[in-house]
Amino acid sequence: MKRYSAFAIAREAARWHMGWERAWRSPTPKAKYDVIVIGAGGHGLATAYYLGKNHGIRNVAVIEKGWLGGGNTGRNTTIIRSNYLQDPSAAIYEKARSLYETLSQDLNYNVMFSPRGVLMLAQTHHEVRGYLRTAHANKLQGVATEYIGPEKVKELCPIINLDGPRYPVLGALWQPRGGTARHDAVAWGYARACSDMGMDILQQTEVTAIRQAGGKVTGVETTKGAIACDKLAIVVAGHSGVLAEMAGFRLPIESVALQALVSEPIKPCMDVVVMANTVHGYMSQSDKGEMVIGGGADGYNNYTQRGSFHHVEETVRALVETFPMISRLKMLRWWGGIVDMTGDRSPILSKTPLGNCFINCGWGTGGFKAIPGSGWGMAELVARGEPGPLTAEFGLDRFREGRFIDESVAAGVAH
Amino acid sequence: MLILTCPYCGLAADETELSPGGEAHLKRFGPGSSDDAFTGYLFHRENPRGVHFERWRHSNGCGKWFLAARCTVTLEVFGTYPAQTTEPPAAILDAIRAKRPDWEGRA
Repeated sequence: MKRYSAFAIAREAARWHMGWERAWRSPTPKAKYDVIVIGAGGHGLATAYYLGKNHGIRNVAVIEKGWLGGGNTGRNTTIIRSNYLQDPSAAIYEKARSLYETLSQDLNYNVMFSPRGVLMLAQTHHEVRGYLRTAHANKLQGVATEYIGPEKVKELCPIINLDGPRYPVLGALWQPRGGTARHDAVAWGYARACSDMGMDILQQTEVTAIRQAGGKVTGVETTKGAIACDKLAIVVAGHSGVLAEMAGFRLPIESVALQALVSEPIKPCMDVVVMANTVHGYMSQSDKGEMVIGGGADGYNNYTQRGSFHHVEETVRALVETFPMISRLKMLRWWGGIVDMTGDRSPILSKTPLGNCFINCGWGTGGFKAIPGSGWGMAELVARGEPGPLTAEFGLDRFREGRFIDESVAAGVAH
Repeated sequence: MLILTCPYCGLAADETELSPGGEAHLKRFGPGSSDDAFTGYLFHRENPRGVHFERWRHSNGCGKWFLAARCTVTLEVFGTYPAQTTEPPAAILDAIRAKRPDWEGRA
């Protein structure tokens, strides 16, 4: 792989940009791999990348039924933060956030990580107490956050309306090193690095069955033929239930639609991410100038990658109240993704009833921010066959044993 | 916009009038059952890509709970029926099989 650099740009500029090579190969499947990862989204590709980088396992295939990063990796609102209440969540999300800091250098691919800061508004007294508690918890966990008053909120985000008629802004939980990154670039960067390590990324290859013998996975059947493997990692977000059914076990997961939308591009007006959980909306401004908007998930099972209009209306209504200046903006694009929700709104990174099959799912509405940490932990789980410190608490058995990582209570909403 | 007909008041209600209530026909396991059965009852859910049975409440209408058979891929509604039943009625199953001949039935 030729490295991307300023010199490479100069070199290519001098020869009409004819020397750029493809970022990743499109190989034909081998008969057998050490590890097969199902799902070439951010989490799947990161799992493969850290399998190679941290554990030296490079005979790996990443199988994707659509195109690379075409699921939720390309559909989220790109927010990165780690201000979680519970210790296991803070640990894995902070690991991810800290890996994002140097991911561009690590991958030699510009993921445009922008630590512009994340504000989570407190708009009820209950929320004020909740975020004070989170700020204290974050201090103990070593996550740099701070509870700030409304004046500081206005200073950080001048376009905000502090005195909304329903929910005035009483304060905010502020994480200065949170921010955004270019979501597609995260998938592309990992894919390029994986391909460079000799891993095969098989797009347009749908898994149709999981072959088993003696309580173990022996391989998968795909639309491009059967492929054998020693270990299998299922990292497919919204379709986890479908894959689990193929593998023959059940998950505490339901798949619902989560929507997002972007406005027409406008001049820079907001250089932080603002989340308002009470009124259910969040917004940031992309580098192109579009206001990127997200809200709550729909309430019923859905695989259509589109959601209900009234949820978007609720989100936009809340944001117009919070940011009156956006009321005349036209919305350019509107889309949905299928998110996998667990009962405690925390992910599952776990062994399964099949000895050499592992699953990474349940990130629900907040998976993008976790990609590097999730891949790091999942690679460790797959390589060793046992969970490491990052993933130990996220096993499937926590539901049976009542050891929830209850972020639904901590956040008050899906997050 | 999802539109379901409330089997009690007969109104074709759109989803702003309704509240989703999750999987239908859950079998309750309580004291005396095994840990696995209890875990399954509390947490494990059908999450099919296709035909799904769910509970809905006509919350901004008559207020009653009812059940619906719906496709999660096309959002097509096969029918709705009262909640006082432990199995989908034959008419609903027939309606599903008419439109989904290769449907394998409830898991």
